[in-house]
Amino acid sequence: MKEPHSFSRVAQPIRNFAQRFAYVGLVVAAFALMMLAKVDTILVERARTHMTDAVAPILDVLSRPLDTVNQGIAEVQAMRNLYEDNAQLREERTRLLHWKAVAEKLEAENRVLKEQLNVIPEREASFVTARVIADTGGAFSQSVIVNAGARDGVRKGQAAVTADGLVGRVIDVGSRSARVLLLTDINAKIPVLIDPTRTRAIMAGTNQARPRLSWLPPGAVVAVGDSIVTSGHAGVFPPGLRVGQVSAVGEGGLIVQPYVDLSRLEYVRILNFGMSGILQLPQRAAGNSDAKTRKARGGRP
Amino acid sequence: MRPSFWQRLDTLARNLTPVALTLVLVILNVVPTHVPGIARVLPVLPLIAVFHWSIHRPHLMPAPAVFLIGLFQDGLTGAPMGLHALIFLAVQGVVLFQHKFFMGKSFFIHWLGFGLVGAGATALSWVLLSAFHVTLFAADAIAFQYVMTVAAFPLFAFLFSRWQQAFLKAD
Repeated sequence: MKEPHSFSRVAQPIRNFAQRFAYVGLVVAAFALMMLAKVDTILVERARTHMTDAVAPILDVLSRPLDTVNQGIAEVQAMRNLYEDNAQLREERTRLLHWKAVAEKLEAENRVLKEQLNVIPEREASFVTARVIADTGGAFSQSVIVNAGARDGVRKGQAAVTADGLVGRVIDVGSRSARVLLLTDINAKIPVLIDPTRTRAIMAGTNQARPRLSWLPPGAVVAVGDSIVTSGHAGVFPPGLRVGQVSAVGEGGLIVQPYVDLSRLEYVRILNFGMSGILQLPQRAAGNSDAKTRKARGGRP
Repeated sequence: MRPSFWQRLDTLARNLTPVALTLVLVILNVVPTHVPGIARVLPVLPLIAVFHWSIHRPHLMPAPAVFLIGLFQDGLTGAPMGLHALIFLAVQGVVLFQHKFFMGKSFFIHWLGFGLVGAGATALSWVLLSAFHVTLFAADAIAFQYVMTVAAFPLFAFLFSRWQQAFLKAD
């Protein structure tokens, strides 16, 4: 293909120079932006929030058909296993009924003991259920975007969970969407307790499928299968949320298998325990006390 | 004869499609699939688009547009802002620098070229990410992503070529 001859011989070199200059300028701008993102996160994150919020309605629509297809597949699979599932569930029910009796007895006992000790009762959590409309759990970062935002009562720093356990923490809130940083992200550092021994540790994401435990006290004893719950230290997460299980103890450190399958998130609950959290900005915390429980499933209530 | 207003509008709309399609790919890239493990190795579709259009219609994929596409990608995926802007610009820079080489070559040469340029982009992203987080990043997911992106190239290059023949004939 021949170059077009519409430009004069004089204008072409100037144009080329200007284009090259613009190119170098953009490369420098991209670099500067990364630097800025490292230093001043608020400004850059606000830009990101606006961007996400603008695209949220499109993502909301696009994610629906795939969700429906997935539900269809799941239903067909469930039909196939109906017989075995039924037998298994009956067995489980018998076992759980026994546990229920035990739990009721313990709860009553717990209540009496707490009354005797004058324990201050913990606040009940309210929650918002939101649909996952974008899954960016790629190699670069591990987060999801949900279709509930500030107008639904979602606030920065709140914990996101499913029935299985902890998913992550809300890091950005737009008016109609929010970004949840998964507990596997490299920026996620969660204070946890290793359950049977109540050993404190920090669970740190690595952008891999399974986070690892660090900052254990010297001499801590940890075994494969120990369960991990949030400790509630630092005021980010409420205490006692189920997180995962220790899946490997070895040279590579202590690896945690999260209870939640983070690659198949469809709905998450965003909990509001009325905790301030270390991440919340003082000026934003002021107007946050009236967070209401709403079902965000159908979009705007 | 000067083209009429509507003809010019038509041409403009057609000429905007390479950038618009690339933006659509950025969005499609983050739609949840619910397939276990796939999100970590999903191909970086906009990279294919930037590469393809930089070869075939460089003037319809100008550097400022590439920059904005990169920012959009960063904004949606949660990657550090500016990371993909830099990577996409680098890919475009290499393609334009070697433009004479790519022009008129067969599809397989383009694929091979994408393999090489993509490897460079992957290495660059690993270096930038590691520097940004001040830690040595695990490279396996990024490497997988690279393989998937190269594997996805023929399909998207084919679709873009068809689009180009159907809508961008005027070039």
